[in-house]
Amino acid sequence: MAVTTLESALATQPSPWASRLAVAAVHFFVLVLFLESLRDNTWWAILGILLIHVYSVLMLRFWSNLERSTAGDTLIVTLTLEYVLIAVLFWDRFSAWPWSAFFGLFLVQACACLVVRFWRELSKAPPTAWFGLVVILLYVLVAATAPIIAPFTETEIVGAEYELWGGQFLLGTDNLGRDMLTRLVYGARNTIGIAFVATCLAFFIGAFGGFMAAALGGWVDMILGRVVDVLMAIPSLIFALLLLTILGTSIPVLIVIIAVLDSTRVFRLARAVGMNIVVMDFVEVARLRGEGLWWVIRREVLPNAMPPLVAEFGLRFCFVFLFLSALSFLGLGIQPPTADWGSMVRDNATLISFVVDDFQLGIMPLLPAAAIALLTVGVNFVVDWFLHKTSGLRDDH
Amino acid sequence: MEKLGKLKRMLASGTIDRREFMGRALAAGATVALASTLASGTLKAATPKKGGRLRVAITGGGSGDVLDPAQTLDSYMINVSFGQLRNNLTEIAPNGDLIGELAESWDASSDAATWTFKLRKGVEFHNGKTLDADDVVASINHHRGEDTKSAAKGIIAPIEDVKADGKDTVVFKLSGGSADFPYLISDYHLVICPAKDGGGMDWESGVGTGGYVLEKFDPGVRTSVNRNPNYWKEGRAHFDSIETLYIADVGARTSALKTDEIDVMSRVDLKTVNLLKRSSSIQVFKTTGNQHSTLPMDTRQAPYDNNHVRLALKYAIDREQWLKVILKGYGELGNDFPIGPANQFRATTDDIPQRAYDPDKAKHHLKQAGLDKLAVQLHVADTAFEGAVDAVTLYRETAKAAGIDLKIVREPNDGYWSNVWLKKPWCGSYWGGRPTEDWMFSQVYSEGADWNETFWSHERFNKLLVEARAELDQKKRRDLYVEMQRIVHDEGGAVIPLFMSYVHAARTRVQLPEQMASNWELDGHKQAERWWFA
Amino acid sequence: MEKILKMVAQRLALGLLTLFVVSLIIFLAVELLPGDLAEALLGQSATPETVAAIRRELKLDLPMHERYVSWLWGILQGDMGRSLANQREISELIGGRLANTLFLALFAAFVSVPLALTLGVLAALYRNSIYDRVVNAVTLSSISFPEFFVAYILVLLLAVVLGWFPAISNVSDDLGFWERIYRTALPALTLTLVVIAHMMRMTRAAIISLLASPYIEMANLKGLTRTHVIVHHALPNALAPIINVVVINLAYLIVGVIVVEVVFVYPGLGQLLVDSVSKRDIPVVQASCMIFAATYILLNLTADVLSIMTNPRLMHPR
Repeated sequence: MAVTTLESALATQPSPWASRLAVAAVHFFVLVLFLESLRDNTWWAILGILLIHVYSVLMLRFWSNLERSTAGDTLIVTLTLEYVLIAVLFWDRFSAWPWSAFFGLFLVQACACLVVRFWRELSKAPPTAWFGLVVILLYVLVAATAPIIAPFTETEIVGAEYELWGGQFLLGTDNLGRDMLTRLVYGARNTIGIAFVATCLAFFIGAFGGFMAAALGGWVDMILGRVVDVLMAIPSLIFALLLLTILGTSIPVLIVIIAVLDSTRVFRLARAVGMNIVVMDFVEVARLRGEGLWWVIRREVLPNAMPPLVAEFGLRFCFVFLFLSALSFLGLGIQPPTADWGSMVRDNATLISFVVDDFQLGIMPLLPAAAIALLTVGVNFVVDWFLHKTSGLRDDH
Repeated sequence: MEKLGKLKRMLASGTIDRREFMGRALAAGATVALASTLASGTLKAATPKKGGRLRVAITGGGSGDVLDPAQTLDSYMINVSFGQLRNNLTEIAPNGDLIGELAESWDASSDAATWTFKLRKGVEFHNGKTLDADDVVASINHHRGEDTKSAAKGIIAPIEDVKADGKDTVVFKLSGGSADFPYLISDYHLVICPAKDGGGMDWESGVGTGGYVLEKFDPGVRTSVNRNPNYWKEGRAHFDSIETLYIADVGARTSALKTDEIDVMSRVDLKTVNLLKRSSSIQVFKTTGNQHSTLPMDTRQAPYDNNHVRLALKYAIDREQWLKVILKGYGELGNDFPIGPANQFRATTDDIPQRAYDPDKAKHHLKQAGLDKLAVQLHVADTAFEGAVDAVTLYRETAKAAGIDLKIVREPNDGYWSNVWLKKPWCGSYWGGRPTEDWMFSQVYSEGADWNETFWSHERFNKLLVEARAELDQKKRRDLYVEMQRIVHDEGGAVIPLFMSYVHAARTRVQLPEQMASNWELDGHKQAERWWFA
Repeated sequence: MEKILKMVAQRLALGLLTLFVVSLIIFLAVELLPGDLAEALLGQSATPETVAAIRRELKLDLPMHERYVSWLWGILQGDMGRSLANQREISELIGGRLANTLFLALFAAFVSVPLALTLGVLAALYRNSIYDRVVNAVTLSSISFPEFFVAYILVLLLAVVLGWFPAISNVSDDLGFWERIYRTALPALTLTLVVIAHMMRMTRAAIISLLASPYIEMANLKGLTRTHVIVHHALPNALAPIINVVVINLAYLIVGVIVVEVVFVYPGLGQLLVDSVSKRDIPVVQASCMIFAATYILLNLTADVLSIMTNPRLMHPR
């Protein structure tokens, strides 16, 4: 879908000089970066250069599809140049982790492009939605460029335990003397990555199954319903405990187990919503037209079921953090010394009881918890905006 | 020793005064220092007040707990069964000495293979039955035999026969000489319960001879007991009643103590102990005994079959850091042998210099083993020992400097002891420690022992072990044990980083004796009879 | 109506089948766990002989299928068996704890469900207002904290600092009703905070998604007040997803409270279940899982019946 639009756009409109210049600059920058940092590793360098070319081509095509406005171009160029400026200022950090630098740049440009592309919608968005978007963007950027931003490496013990805020350690150190800020930054990468993958997988399985059950009814509904019933009837924490003890707690296993357990909840919702939709007249009309099942699900059921599903997505996404945290309460979860917010809350949770005795120490578990909370609020504000938009669009009719 | 115990009781009950006690104790062979600590400990214990309801929160157990002493495994049931309801034949006194409990005195044959215990007269069970030798025989036999399910089977394996000789005498026949047998008998499994008419012993009712009578037992939740009005021990068991709560979550224990829902908690969270100490209504106290953490390697498997690799790993750990960061100072440095501060013949740092963190030496040993780098996996769970996962995270960082890539595999707490321990080539473990060197070495370090977690076999060590067991000369015995400790230190398969204190917290109104036992937590699990309210 | 009765009967029969499958899965999963009861009972002090002796006595040395069949036979005769770990009657072991769990769940449900629905309807009514945003942000923050952390914070505020409630829910059978309420207030409050956001947001979303429907527009055009439109026109049609979410959360209040039970030392079924899993005490695990599964199945059935009853198109399909 995206390709076709891009191609047609490319055919009709020439790209403005500003974006071309920017792409050239970026091209040059990343090239230098790779050559500089990978001098002694030929294979990586070759792969990197190859990737830069692919990337530049993609960017060129992508950009040519932007709205024609000088403001938009200026924004993109400014952001890119700012990024380059930062990269030059902290050259040693950026050159030490070229992949992160590269991915960060990609993100900045992609976001800038998206902002320009969807400016019409964004300009009408309420401040809460903006807040949510900025939060999400920041989190993703932090996650992508974690090694560059973090003052230390993920597992390094850099000081005494429980050092106070400020000075060398901006947010102090944890119970083992690791820098708290570093752990939070790396935690973003690990936690968001796992939560995102697990939730997407859960929604794919759950929504697809749910719509199938709703649309086909009969035996399919019966069997899928029973399977989900069985999975849901077993307390999820216990089920996860059993499965993780049997299968081990590697990250892929963790993701699949969380996804499968979560997908049952999505299934129920998708089926309930879907059931109300498939009895609607327009679905019957489509069926009478002889449309296939897949078409009905994709074109009739999915769009109409989107609002509740998206609302659910916002919450499910955040529940994954909590589930990881609950697992670490039972001594399972992500392997140490990998940082993840759920375990970080768990590891330092008892400190909160002493917030009256020692404020700085006491609020330490609040930092990862607040990181989770901020993201949850941000994601759900965006979800709200989406909900409002979908309902609002239909108000226009 | 037995004589001292008697003297102490006489002193406690006021039959003799302090001066007479000192004189008699010295005559009985005690040193001046020992006699005076005994006297002061006893005198302090002679002043406690009676009364009050003690609420204790303990972890270690669960809803599967049983009153059966054969299945007593974890702190909660040890405290209830061994510390509140029942007595043993012998008891480890707060200072670590062995004293008689239900046994008044004991004698060994010259080869130390036959032991005769004389029972105290006139001791009654909670149900009014008078204790006699049959009860003791039934209680010991509960752990013996082919079909026994008892966790104490390993401990009493040397007993070949136990029988009553009249009403007050019990005779044990052992398969070989064992000078430490009276110590073994003080084990928390081997409590004395009344014999049943049809044979066997009655553990179901919870009836014992202890200082408290069972009122209600709700496994995994709480146990209520009331004071035994005619407890035979003088000057013990001061509380009117005790409620023992099972609280697994350390945060919950701490808040409960802070809000005065409980009076005493075991296993303080060391992360927050320094904050807890600031409270004026709470006292934090520790006892350091033989409890220690170990990181046992399977010495039959590569690369751990190479002693240089083992030494490299022993040098790659920063024990000082562990003590400071993980234990917050509540412990002592370990020196790669399992004999602790509460043992008699522990080697001093003059005998065996303290091993310190030394990445260069670690590298050196790696080189000796023919390796440049070493990648190993260490399997742990928090159940292995307190703070295990955090501790090995520190280890991982210090080992890096020695060119060792230590990968941490966190295993589920659940099933750790059956699935990881003794199964994985390198893991975490801990030992509560044993009162005697022989016990510790025989159970965990001798060739073929069930719990030989390092699968280690060392000819010289095994030979010394048997030799020391039969040796009666204390000086020679000490030399033997020091040599064995040196062997374990240099060639053993376990990194023994720390001896871990038992750290407790209590409301300030709880009064503690001057000297507390260090063999188990909570004053050797005897807080019920040794502590009191102000 | 007849159709619904038929469906209920059918679903109950299927429920039994589900229970059977659940029992099979649980049994297999516990069997697959490394280590068995004998090893779990003895922990670090296991020796091969004692482990063998325990296996013999508890018949753990029988093949898996024989043990399962004998358990199933017992259940069919209404005998849940005895705990392997401590030989107590399971019905006796579970009875008190089930009552505790249900009490806490009901308590939390009585607080959270009306609150969540009211807040949700109000949020839909005044959507995008300051009120909407604030309620949203607060409830979202409350659910983004892990349960045990919410519990610790509540304990800190209400027990340690203010001293209003006890820090642990030390309940026993002989407590009066109000005393019990007082002692379980903190766990119930924790659970309320945990489930409320989900229900509230789904209520809001379900109503809002209907607001663009022609019949709502019709109602608006008729000049009805916003409140009237939402409560009388939108809400009834939004009931199906709302009921679903409420039921999922009710089930969670009964089944998913393990962590809260541990933190408040509340003697409920969840803690028993975790303990029994770690002891590999299969009959207890099975019995508790059966209760949880049955609870879930019944709640689920209720949700489906209610969904159908609230949608005339489903009640009377063409």
